Amino acid sequence: MLVEIGHAALWLAAALAILQMVSGALALRDAPGEPSPYALYARPAAVVQALLAAVAFATLLHAFAVTDLSVKLVATNSHSMKPFLYKLTGTWGNHEGSMLLWVTVLALSGGLLAFAERRLPERTMSATLAVQGFVALGFYTFLLLSSNPFERLPGPVAEGIGLNPLLQDIGLAVHPPTLYVGYVGLSVAFSLAMGALITREVNPNFAKVMRPWVLGAWVFLTFGITAGSYWAYYELGWGGWWFWDPVENASLMPWLAATALLHSVSVLAARDALRTWTIMLGVVAFSMSMLGTFLVRSGVLTSVHAFAVDPERGTLLLVLLGLYIGGSLAIFALRASSIAEGKRFTATSREGALVVNNVMLCAILAIVLLGTLYPLLTEAFDVRVSVGPPYFNPASAIFAIPMFMVMAVGPLLRWKDDSPARIGPELALLGAIALVAVALVAFLGDYPVLPTLGLALAAALAVAALLPLKGRRLTRVPTATWGMVMAHFGVAVALFGMASESAFTQERLAAIAPGEIEEISGWTVQLESVDPVSGPNWTAMEARLSVSRDGGEPVILRPQARNFWSPAQATSESSLLTRWDGQLYAVIGDAAGVGADGKLRWQLRVWWKPFVTFIWYGGLLIAFGGVLAIVGRVQVDLRRRKAVRVGAERRDEKAALAGSRPAAPEPAE
Amino acid sequence: MSLPRTLALFLLLIAAPLSAQDAVPPAPYAYTQLEDPAQEAKATALMQTLRCLKCQSQSIADSDAPMAGDMRHQVRSRIAAGQEPAEIRAWLVDRYGDYVSYQPEVSATTWPLFAIPALFFAIALLVLARRLGRERSDDTKAGDAV
Repeated sequence: MLVEIGHAALWLAAALAILQMVSGALALRDAPGEPSPYALYARPAAVVQALLAAVAFATLLHAFAVTDLSVKLVATNSHSMKPFLYKLTGTWGNHEGSMLLWVTVLALSGGLLAFAERRLPERTMSATLAVQGFVALGFYTFLLLSSNPFERLPGPVAEGIGLNPLLQDIGLAVHPPTLYVGYVGLSVAFSLAMGALITREVNPNFAKVMRPWVLGAWVFLTFGITAGSYWAYYELGWGGWWFWDPVENASLMPWLAATALLHSVSVLAARDALRTWTIMLGVVAFSMSMLGTFLVRSGVLTSVHAFAVDPERGTLLLVLLGLYIGGSLAIFALRASSIAEGKRFTATSREGALVVNNVMLCAILAIVLLGTLYPLLTEAFDVRVSVGPPYFNPASAIFAIPMFMVMAVGPLLRWKDDSPARIGPELALLGAIALVAVALVAFLGDYPVLPTLGLALAAALAVAALLPLKGRRLTRVPTATWGMVMAHFGVAVALFGMASESAFTQERLAAIAPGEIEEISGWTVQLESVDPVSGPNWTAMEARLSVSRDGGEPVILRPQARNFWSPAQATSESSLLTRWDGQLYAVIGDAAGVGADGKLRWQLRVWWKPFVTFIWYGGLLIAFGGVLAIVGRVQVDLRRRKAVRVGAERRDEKAALAGSRPAAPEPAE
Repeated sequence: MSLPRTLALFLLLIAAPLSAQDAVPPAPYAYTQLEDPAQEAKATALMQTLRCLKCQSQSIADSDAPMAGDMRHQVRSRIAAGQEPAEIRAWLVDRYGDYVSYQPEVSATTWPLFAIPALFFAIALLVLARRLGRERSDDTKAGDAV
């Protein structure tokens, strides 16, 4: 019964999306400044829609929690013996459930926008809500027509099929929801951009409304990508943390666009420059979110041909993609000429540096897009091409290296116009740090070019990130500035981790029997024993490794080779030992036959990855910097509102006094 | 198309390699390094640019798939026998097609991968030159927008 309520709630939400869209659009017909009778319905429709979508999602969550095997989705993706947490996360570990989560987040953010945002002119708000309703309607249609999560089976089955064991991990519990919040937060930025474009209100006031949404979405994307990367790192069992896999790229592309957008929107808010640019990036950012959803959800990645054989879902998504991207570009083309470009600035100004980096981010985005889509395109013509790290790394570095250099300098420049000579000493310092770092790495050994450059840039960037604080009273630095410093420092930290990992990683693969010892980078690894263990829905061989560094106190690591039985699949559960300067990564493989001494040998893989953890520490710092920026902006906004209120009260008092003063003396006379 | 049947087929497909893995023990060099660190480094560098044909976007250097293990064995034993990485790559490409190699090479099917980034680079420079090249006053016509 609950499931049917969820299904009905979804249909009602779709109907409200239509109301929201029509009401918002009709409100635009009236002349500006006039209150429209139609505008009344858009906000409540968005809020109630959010509640209905939340109800729909909650009922599906409940069906998974109690393993309701009469629901097709539960039967095909869950199992009664699964741990409770993974029953819940299984809700979005499949196509229909994750699309429902997507739509629910979309409705919730639309509802929040409608409920809380009062700073925009009502016309712009109506246009924004109309666009948001239009976008939501498309995805409700997709969900209800081709991906209904609430479908019942003719009769309940005895047991479910289970969830992919790789996905039975705490990483999956947080990773997709955070990414979706990021993706969908960009939908609000998109709707706001469209609303401002339609009503010709592209100005700093609009940028200030848009900024927290962009920042919020960006924080979630950053966190989601960081978590996803760490999940791949420990779960796949080979120590890789980024594969340039299309699914990863699908999350990276919106992040790149959102990064450019958030800088651009800040310029618009602070300086009233880059108007068309900000609108364009708003369109691009959400387009990338939708493209990512299409790539991951249409099945086109598994095989272009499989997609062509069963194209229902993919085609619908593609139509939506074309409709929204094409439609927004058409509006952009019609309206862009009516928007003045905004305030001017020179190349050597902070805006100038931001423009350079926006262009570079867009170029990297274009490279990732090309490298992701090109193999799909050729596959359609029966030519299979592999595009992987050896392509993506150098191609994106061409744009990333100048970007990092400009990023080091940009925050030191003044707005509008500055002379490079003014920051001469800082430039010399940063250049010297980079050169010393290159020399040091070259002295240590023969390392590839890109990691070496990465290490040098990381060193210079780390210092450069802190330079904006120089000569300022630290207690008086605005919170948002701390956010920028933190995020830029995080980029340096992450870059250092990436470069260090790819330059200095040591690997040891061996087949050894219990009692034998392997050495790696100052670590001694002894295989003590290998024993069978079992969990709720798996059995495993667990190795007991005694590891010690430079003869120190030994620590026990227990990597497992797991065999899940529903569905049947083997996974490697790596065991990690974290030290401040890196991680020891141990994996136990299959039995490797009997050695010459008659003992059974096991495949053991051990890596020492210096400073690899900095990749994710950096990612967290970047996200935290974004949080600080949001907090800082909200603080300023609240303070300004209070000042306006207090000012108004004082004026009223004064007016009251002024009004009463001439009146007061009269009775005295 | 019924979903359970598609799903069952899919499960069968991912289960099949598992049983194969159980049946045949992996080749010796699949999970063992070469003695000579210089040779091993050469082999690793090569393995990282070869695609695991059974996986999604993984090189043979980071996959548990049995086929990746066999290919690692091939690469290591050929490096040990004194072959050059380029030779081994050519041999593998000959056997499995261009798809097996991640190494970017300009060919009739891949030239856009190189031409288009060059175009991006030119566009990026052009956009920057237009936007930043000359100083303009605040009242420039809006049609000039980037």
